[in-house]
Amino acid sequence: MLIRGGRVIDPAAGTDGEGDVLVEGGRIAEVGTGLDAGSAEVVDAAGLVVAPGFVDPHVHLCEPGWEHRETIRSGARAAATGGYTAVCGMPDTDPVVDDPASVGFIVAEGRRAGGARVFPAAAVSAGRNGKQLTEFGEVVDAGAVAVTDAGRAVESSVLMRLALQYALSFDIPVLAHCEDAGLARGGVMHEGVVSTRLGLRGKPAVAEEIGAARDLALAEATGGRLHIQRVSTAAAVNLVRLARQRGVRVTAEATPHHLLLTHDVLASYGTEFKVDPPLRTAPDAEALREALADGTIDCVATDHAPRHYDEKEQAFDDAPFGVVGLETAFAVLHTRLVRAGALALPALLERMSTGPARALGMEGGTLAPGRPADLVLIDPGLAWTIESADFVSRGRNTPFDGERVVGRVVRTMVGGETVWALDEGA
Amino acid sequence: MSLTATPLGKDLTGLEPLSADQIRVILDTAEPFKEITARRVKKVPMLRGKTIVNLFFEASTRTRISFEFAEKRLSADTVNIGAVGSSVSKGETLVDTARNLEAMSIDMVVIRHWSAGAAAFLAARIPSNVINAGDGAHEHPTQGLLDILTLRDHFGALEGLRVCIVGDVLHSRVARSNIYGLVKLGAEVGVCGPRTLLPAAIEELGVTVFGHVEEAIEWADALNVLRLQLERMQDGFVPSLREYNRVFGITRQRLERAPGRLLILHPGPMNRGVEIDSDVADGPHSVILQQVTNGVAIRMSVLYLLAGGAPHLAGAASSP
Repeated sequence: MLIRGGRVIDPAAGTDGEGDVLVEGGRIAEVGTGLDAGSAEVVDAAGLVVAPGFVDPHVHLCEPGWEHRETIRSGARAAATGGYTAVCGMPDTDPVVDDPASVGFIVAEGRRAGGARVFPAAAVSAGRNGKQLTEFGEVVDAGAVAVTDAGRAVESSVLMRLALQYALSFDIPVLAHCEDAGLARGGVMHEGVVSTRLGLRGKPAVAEEIGAARDLALAEATGGRLHIQRVSTAAAVNLVRLARQRGVRVTAEATPHHLLLTHDVLASYGTEFKVDPPLRTAPDAEALREALADGTIDCVATDHAPRHYDEKEQAFDDAPFGVVGLETAFAVLHTRLVRAGALALPALLERMSTGPARALGMEGGTLAPGRPADLVLIDPGLAWTIESADFVSRGRNTPFDGERVVGRVVRTMVGGETVWALDEGA
Repeated sequence: MSLTATPLGKDLTGLEPLSADQIRVILDTAEPFKEITARRVKKVPMLRGKTIVNLFFEASTRTRISFEFAEKRLSADTVNIGAVGSSVSKGETLVDTARNLEAMSIDMVVIRHWSAGAAAFLAARIPSNVINAGDGAHEHPTQGLLDILTLRDHFGALEGLRVCIVGDVLHSRVARSNIYGLVKLGAEVGVCGPRTLLPAAIEELGVTVFGHVEEAIEWADALNVLRLQLERMQDGFVPSLREYNRVFGITRQRLERAPGRLLILHPGPMNRGVEIDSDVADGPHSVILQQVTNGVAIRMSVLYLLAGGAPHLAGAASSP
């Protein structure tokens, strides 16, 4: 297949210009101008952006155990719809992904899903109980790319240090939910004037700052690879920036909702905005956007967390945390950051593909010849409206429902196969 | 049923969404209802034929009984549902409870719930009028209104009046409703208590923070003393009730040093000897029992207005 005449952006190579991409045998054969299609099918990409497929380091696929929320199949297909060619599935399923058999199940289901590639993360501790390390070697052999207790801080500093040290033998990152559990306990939103006004228990920003400081100190002391999940505060951003300058092996992610929304949207108790960590203040969101632009935050993650509508249709305290994001991440960030002039398109694509692929060692993030043809075609001018009812995901819990956006992935290819295309429908 | 055309809208979920004028309408409409309570036959027909459900997910004595008196004195038909022994304790969701009540064609729901936002949640999902009788640490608007009515009774005007709320503001829905209502009506509001019991960024609600109760007493015209729940000590917010009383308790000795005569309010139930000493609670400064009396009048006013009653007709309609 020859993808002809698009704006080809390869963040891994630092290139951006009109050209063609030749795909052969499921792999990138050549990137250049005026390539000869020969007998290959030609895809006209005039007016479109051709880029590496997106890579999401943080997705909850909910299977096994929570299939009413999402399945590996529906999640992988929702990912493809949003332009993702690889996602890392979190292990907070039921049962927890903490042994080679459960990792193998995710890998096998992912292969059958017909959407984005699925890379499992395994739990740091058996049953996410915070006590005993899982067999990192066994789960890595079975296909895990990282370890994390997903949605839960490793409370014990002893265990966190052991995890960072032990992970060195397998060259995998520890994905960290940075939070002082005691300070955050019982909190359902950011602690500040809005939580005070609403009478809801807050999670103070300092809880995340302490968690990040601890994990960065442990990463520095051990030389381990730390990936900080969904940074939400300005203070934690600064800690990451300083640690990176000292040479600590740290990567960090931010979500579209933390980048674009603040706790003010909770003023009428909308459970569609209930996320963990919580939406913070405007200066926090501003700090995240700056850090995304300057590369301190090197990954966009959706923290895609589908919920059944009954679960969100409750009083705020009782509703679960989480929003979906796979099908909206690019569009909302392109609309509100790139088109607003706050971030260049190649930088956004880098944070959505190359950055996460590098951070977690997942396939993707490059158009280098010889690599699998995991790529997207984007129409940067296509205006559309986010309609949760049309989602491929089983979750409808988006904070961006009804939003007018500009820019859409029109085709997603994994290993040279089209797994989703706009004209073919969802 | 064009109930949304009432001066208050469909529901009373809190004082924060109300305007100063709306709050004044409730206070003014309460005046003629005070008099009914003093009569031999304490009943008027204004809500005859209306069905009201008192849906109490949390235990309550004072508020529930006050609402029930108000409803009965207005001739409404009432049903009480408590969390214990009802479908709620069998795991029914708030939405399903609401829909079931709605299916029985009720007119109003008075709801007390442990979750902040529960009243607004219910109000958005059923066409009946919803009155918040306390939702988590959010609001308890009728308590705020009866406190404000009591203050107005004593001081005449609320503009410039200095009211300090003392104690566990962090967990208090009464504090929030008082703050919203009083600030809208032009009063100056202070809060005083250990910083462990004051919520984050409370200053941004337009209040002055006092760290020392002596300063608050010197500043204020009235104190609204909040109950310190025993659990707060168990949760570590204060080291002991004894010390709380010593440092933040409203005692006669402290009040004697006040420059003027302070009015003392307490939403009840009191912990005598903890946040307030008995000789204060029972002394000449205290209007605690008048608050209770005003509570019935305020709730009658709210029920009457939400049911579509005209503010200026309350006096005429309630005359014997």
